[in-house]
Amino acid sequence: MASLSGLYQDLILDHNRAPQNFRRMEDANRRVEGINPLCGDRLTVWLRMEDGVIKDAAFQGSGCAISKASASLMTSAVKGKTRQEAEALFERFRRLVTGSMEQAEAESLGKLAAFSGISEFPIRVKCASLSWHALKAALSEPDTVVSTE
Amino acid sequence: MSFSAVAVPLARCPAVPLDVARIREDFPILRQRIRGKPLVYLDNAATSQKPQVVIDAVTRFYAAENANIHRGVHYLSERATVAYDEAREKVARFLNAHSSREIIFTRGTTEGINLVAQTYGRTHLKPGDDIVITAMEHHSNIVPWQLVCEQTGATLRAAPISDQGELDVDAFERLLGDRTRLVALVHVSNALGTINPIKRLVALAHARGIPVLVDGAQAAPHLQVDVQNLDCDFFAFSGHKIFGPTGVGVLYGREALLERMPPYQGGGDMIATVTLQRSTWAPLPAKFEAGTPMIAQVLGLGAALDYVSKLGLDAIAAWEQDLLGYATERVSQIKGIRVIGTARDKASVLGFVLEGVHPHDIGTVLDDAGIAIRAGHHCAQPVMERFGVSGTARASFAFYNTRAEIDVLADGLMTVKKMFA
Repeated sequence: MASLSGLYQDLILDHNRAPQNFRRMEDANRRVEGINPLCGDRLTVWLRMEDGVIKDAAFQGSGCAISKASASLMTSAVKGKTRQEAEALFERFRRLVTGSMEQAEAESLGKLAAFSGISEFPIRVKCASLSWHALKAALSEPDTVVSTE
Repeated sequence: MSFSAVAVPLARCPAVPLDVARIREDFPILRQRIRGKPLVYLDNAATSQKPQVVIDAVTRFYAAENANIHRGVHYLSERATVAYDEAREKVARFLNAHSSREIIFTRGTTEGINLVAQTYGRTHLKPGDDIVITAMEHHSNIVPWQLVCEQTGATLRAAPISDQGELDVDAFERLLGDRTRLVALVHVSNALGTINPIKRLVALAHARGIPVLVDGAQAAPHLQVDVQNLDCDFFAFSGHKIFGPTGVGVLYGREALLERMPPYQGGGDMIATVTLQRSTWAPLPAKFEAGTPMIAQVLGLGAALDYVSKLGLDAIAAWEQDLLGYATERVSQIKGIRVIGTARDKASVLGFVLEGVHPHDIGTVLDDAGIAIRAGHHCAQPVMERFGVSGTARASFAFYNTRAEIDVLADGLMTVKKMFA
């Protein structure tokens, strides 16, 4: 059965209260706005890419605890990764939140594994995915708007 | 009982208080548990629950009465036709329409408004004309007008609202100009609960010869609506919000206007004659009901209106006012809560934000306690923008809700606060 404490794990609540990389990036060379039409939430993801590597990642916007914590952990997780590595992580995160990943593999995702409980709340998967969709768009197409729909 | 009590004329008796414990037994869905807790259903503005009599009417139709209407000469078809037409009479009585020819069955409020936009709007609007709405409309009373404005070159203007969520009536009046062809406004705001002074606003528009459409989706389930008294030209509402089935709604239209409007959709049932060259239209209301309609849903709606009328809208309104007052008091006491929508005249809707907590998180935590509320922008993004919030949490009440359920809501909100503090 879906458990509230499985959804709102302490790590998620902490990152909601004090999100990391929650700032506007002045020297970014990629900027994507993500919109969740279900709730009207918007967030902006900035990347500074150098030689195919994410040198810096940041975000700002309004959102629920899930989307804020997800953006916070996402921006931390992708710093220093190549485009290919970040895209592979996007794919693994997608499998995690849609419940198509085994426990052992989920644990190998480190802090991101805190989102494993969300697959029990299908309507909230979009909240967790919003910043990741913005990231994916930023990697391939700078300066766009993406939607979770 | 004293003799004098018996002698009081019935019409002057106060509304008979509702026996809510009894009423709740009529709603099978309310007996269930959600995540192990009794369901506390406070999302009535999104859709209402259905009493057994409505469920039975729909089931009975499919089990024993199913046939198409206005077509067959066989027994079942004749019976279905009579039942369908009777439901139309019930709606006409419910709204106090002059005639059942003024009652058009639609898919819902949204379709009713689109019907008027695409028939009345398209034939009456020219570049330079305008339509006046308010800043508290649901998207369904904004977007259809934007579409017809794009098609005709007309302009859409919105009258502002105050910080309490009340319409600025003076500003509304100033917007009414020589080129205003239609006013479209909400009776009861789904996001704020504000009850607009429709009769007064209609009079202001009519003084300038401007017809008025009323979005009655949130009004019909909670207030006694009398379209002749309001003097509005169109009034749209949805079956599913008034304890009837989804997929059916009503558009009331003043007969003289409906007569002059072109059909909305073409097809079967809406014609008088068809040749391969041209067709002529059926008289009202069939002109606006192309194709096989939602027969089962219409019968369900008829049963729902019977049910609501039996309880009495005055009694319903009195009970819901008590609930709204109690809920506003309980919820306002929680530190960090700001109620969005504090109009003097309100119905059944309590929208609020909790500092530092997103409405969707409130919704998910309350859901875990068996409480169903709505969280988000409520299809009223301009209202959210007006109040500087991305969304709100909204509890909305029906006559089957109780003060005890509001206590559960208040406790749930304390859990939310603790969790996100």
